[in-house]
Amino acid sequence: MSVTSLLAISLGAILTNNFIFAQFLGICPFLGVSKKIDTAVGMGAAVTFVMGLASAFAYLVNIVLRALGLEFMQTVAFILVIAGLVQFVEMFLKKFIPTLYTALGVYLPLITTNCAVLGVALLNVQNNYNFIESVVYGITGGLGFLLAIFLFAAVREQLEFAETPKAFEGFPIALITAGLMALAFMGFSGLKVW
Amino acid sequence: MNAKKQLMDGLINQNPVLVQLLGMCSTMAITTSIMNGLGMGVSVMIILTLSNIFISLLRKIIPSEVRIACYIVVIAGFVTCVDLLLQAFVPSIAASLGVFIPLIVVNCIILGRAEAFASKNTVGAAALDGLFQGLGYTIVLVILCFFRELLGSGTLAGFQVMPESYTPALMLVLPVGGFLSLGCLIAAMQWAMAKSAKKKEAK
Repeated sequence: MSVTSLLAISLGAILTNNFIFAQFLGICPFLGVSKKIDTAVGMGAAVTFVMGLASAFAYLVNIVLRALGLEFMQTVAFILVIAGLVQFVEMFLKKFIPTLYTALGVYLPLITTNCAVLGVALLNVQNNYNFIESVVYGITGGLGFLLAIFLFAAVREQLEFAETPKAFEGFPIALITAGLMALAFMGFSGLKVW
Repeated sequence: MNAKKQLMDGLINQNPVLVQLLGMCSTMAITTSIMNGLGMGVSVMIILTLSNIFISLLRKIIPSEVRIACYIVVIAGFVTCVDLLLQAFVPSIAASLGVFIPLIVVNCIILGRAEAFASKNTVGAAALDGLFQGLGYTIVLVILCFFRELLGSGTLAGFQVMPESYTPALMLVLPVGGFLSLGCLIAAMQWAMAKSAKKKEAK
């Protein structure tokens, strides 16, 4: 493992294989919490944090499962770890950073059912990443999510004032916008790290 | 709560994807070919029905403080079963759906129905609800797959349908196509709903 391979993983997770625009992971919060830039950024930061932690813990849990020959319990074990982790983060924030806790509000527990978090844990196993690669993939994947949701929220704030055809009002126009952004992100697909 | 109303709710009035806007990730990610769509749709339908039955049976036992965790464990158990069955009997579909099979655990449709319906209703009603909501999901997937596969790769369920001279609109099978086609489908649904509401008003 070298620095270049870590760089390649990061670049892939943030730009070329962006979790939202290329892999369709974490679409629910992406569409649900992107009406205002502030909350979008808060959500993105929280997801990045949880994704990094989840990658680390899922890697350790997977070692235990493998030692016991219980690989088929992976999904169940991972989702329990993530649910516990989110609960822990929630209690930690409530106690030590109450301002951030109130800002995130209801979105915090919802991170449990964000498929980007479970997705990153499963993808780490699938790609055979080691501990450091897993954590880097988790954090940079989260940063990719943060970038996507920030850009999308910025566009959506402007969209509020735009005139759209009646049938496209609300959700459909948001999806079309996201589609156009995905098209833009496709431009990164030629990017390579030597 | 009668069965016919539940069927209409699942298919149209409360369609999980087009009206409740749940389960977006899998809807856009895997609808590139009809076989994928059917495989995913049927898997979700089975898991949704089973988890609805189970959660409805347990609704009086599960304490409400830890209910979400309990639901997730039940759902994860069924997802694991379906995942293993798919890998054993239809490995090609399991391979092309990839990580999205275990990700059914966090598909909001299933948790949403558990919370909104199964935890408050009898076993029979919950089973029907799971079946019909799953059917509504499957139908939306198949519609999206139909257009994306036909126009994006010129085939249907793997068979060449479009004439040889047709150049596939590759964009539709790429992620972009997922966003655009689902956006258009929801817009069409909103248009149709608005129209039927107007018709009712006129009467």
